[in-house]
Amino acid sequence: MEHTKTIGYDRFFGLKQSTLFIVLGVFFIYPFIVNNYYIDVAFFFGIYALLGLSLNIVLGEVGLFDLGHAGFYAIGAYTTAILNTKFGIPILVLLPVSALAAGFFAYIVCSPIIHLRGDYLCIVTIGIGEIVRIALINNPFDLTGGPNGVFGIDFPSLGSLFVIDSSIKYYFLIWIVVALSIFGLIRLQQSRIGRAWNCIREDEVAAGSSGIDVRYYKLLAFVLGAALAGIAGNLYASKLMCVSPESFTFWESCLMFCIVLIGGMGSIPGVLIGAAFISLFPEIFRPFAMYRMLVFGTVMILMMMFRPGGVWPRKRGGVEFKSILARIGRKDG
Amino acid sequence: MAEENRRNNNKIVLQTQKLTKIFGGLTAVSNFDSQVHEGEICSLIGPNGAGKTTVFNVVTGIYKPEEGHVVFNGEDITGRKPHQIVSCGIARTFQNIRLFPNMTCLENIMAGQHCRGSAGVWGAIFRTSHQQKEEQHVRKEAESRILQVGLWESRDELAKNIAYGSQRMLEIARALATNPRLLVLDEPSSGLNSRETEDLMEFLKGLVKEEDVTILLIEHDMNVVMGISDWVIVMDEGRKIAEGLPEEIYNNHRVIEAYLGSDDEESEYDTTSYR
Repeated sequence: MEHTKTIGYDRFFGLKQSTLFIVLGVFFIYPFIVNNYYIDVAFFFGIYALLGLSLNIVLGEVGLFDLGHAGFYAIGAYTTAILNTKFGIPILVLLPVSALAAGFFAYIVCSPIIHLRGDYLCIVTIGIGEIVRIALINNPFDLTGGPNGVFGIDFPSLGSLFVIDSSIKYYFLIWIVVALSIFGLIRLQQSRIGRAWNCIREDEVAAGSSGIDVRYYKLLAFVLGAALAGIAGNLYASKLMCVSPESFTFWESCLMFCIVLIGGMGSIPGVLIGAAFISLFPEIFRPFAMYRMLVFGTVMILMMMFRPGGVWPRKRGGVEFKSILARIGRKDG
Repeated sequence: MAEENRRNNNKIVLQTQKLTKIFGGLTAVSNFDSQVHEGEICSLIGPNGAGKTTVFNVVTGIYKPEEGHVVFNGEDITGRKPHQIVSCGIARTFQNIRLFPNMTCLENIMAGQHCRGSAGVWGAIFRTSHQQKEEQHVRKEAESRILQVGLWESRDELAKNIAYGSQRMLEIARALATNPRLLVLDEPSSGLNSRETEDLMEFLKGLVKEEDVTILLIEHDMNVVMGISDWVIVMDEGRKIAEGLPEEIYNNHRVIEAYLGSDDEESEYDTTSYR
């Protein structure tokens, strides 16, 4: 999240700069004061943050109910796993390749269903997620290794000089990717694309009648969301060194859905909080593992009752830019 | 008749030719011919269920007609998608206001400018000079529109939080932000009080005078229809039953019949709401 200055706002997510520096400080110091286990917890926090951000494009910005996002995540992970183990292509080269593969897959499968609304789309995306998972289990063309999955995936490396092989390096790798994604997504939010997405979420018919190509922007959201999930899949695969279909179940899609709902639809800091909740919660409450789901369910119900907009809903307003006609406005009184 | 000639001298902006729209067994619009001339305010009136809104939805691309054509500025736009029709230059508002409720008023208007921009994902992420220039332009346009409809003070409020009358004006401003040649308004005065209606009438008159805009509107309030229309088209049961100058329509017996029912049939419509 080092990019605060380049964005050039006095306040970032509505936080004061001092608060932000403290957060950044903790972020840098954290891996040096805890053991590997907790660094890995933070790594998975990063993975979930990335997945949450990716689903946030589709669910949060455009309001499309996508409960099959694990399918895109799986495509990214398996693209990396297969191309790396079969052809020895380096992981970092496969990072954009996984994104492209997942994005392309999303384009192909979502084109025919993009006009569906609400629950109908939801059902179809559940289907997509499940079909991907079952296809992986069925081991098509002897590529995916069936239920065992693919193993023996390399570490990401820059030549032979710099190999990302320790927890701490993975920690920084994932959070740099998360930071870059946040940077790009904030800029998208503040552009005409972000506005078009939000318009479609608010009222599809009105968006079309205001000149927004609804179909194009919905597809764009799916493709970008899937590409980001593909990147998460790439990093996940290289971290675990193996991928198997059971990592990409419907439950995983549900978790991503919860991340966005807990945080607040369309809110990037909200997604980070949601991801923290989903990934850190089971660690903190490990002794009470039996009751985890019970507590989780209760929290979700309470959330829906008392904060239906999420923990940190996106605030809108004119603070983002200086008004060009402010002078005229003042003249008018 | 002189008026008629004056009308014919102006270029035709919008023309519907033998428009027919069928829903299941119901013919909502049948063989509907009409012409809207440049620079005029044309009203489409008729009892409830006459097919007025269906005509609007066909013209703006929400429905595809079974038969017939919609010609805009000499170009056949039948069956195009709503956003394509907006970029041709037809903008609309809705009978029941359809804003983007959780976005600010200014953002609502900026949405109207969308079709005039071209920046993509790349431009947005890397803030290219083209994208920034475009963004400045969009903001300037949106801000001048919000000033025009007198909602400057509420520019940063969420659209759902402003008063009903202001929401109507905001919707019109959003339509205007698309730089339309033809503005299609579906019952712009419904739900407004008499003062707001007066203001709206003044606003629309001024708009036609000052900008290169033609207005087609559906209206139930006869004061508005008679007050601002240059031309009135009357529909009943999916067909055009009359058209003419407001005064002519006011005294046309077929129109009165359609609204009040003829002597030998019971009135099907609630007539009280039209005056």
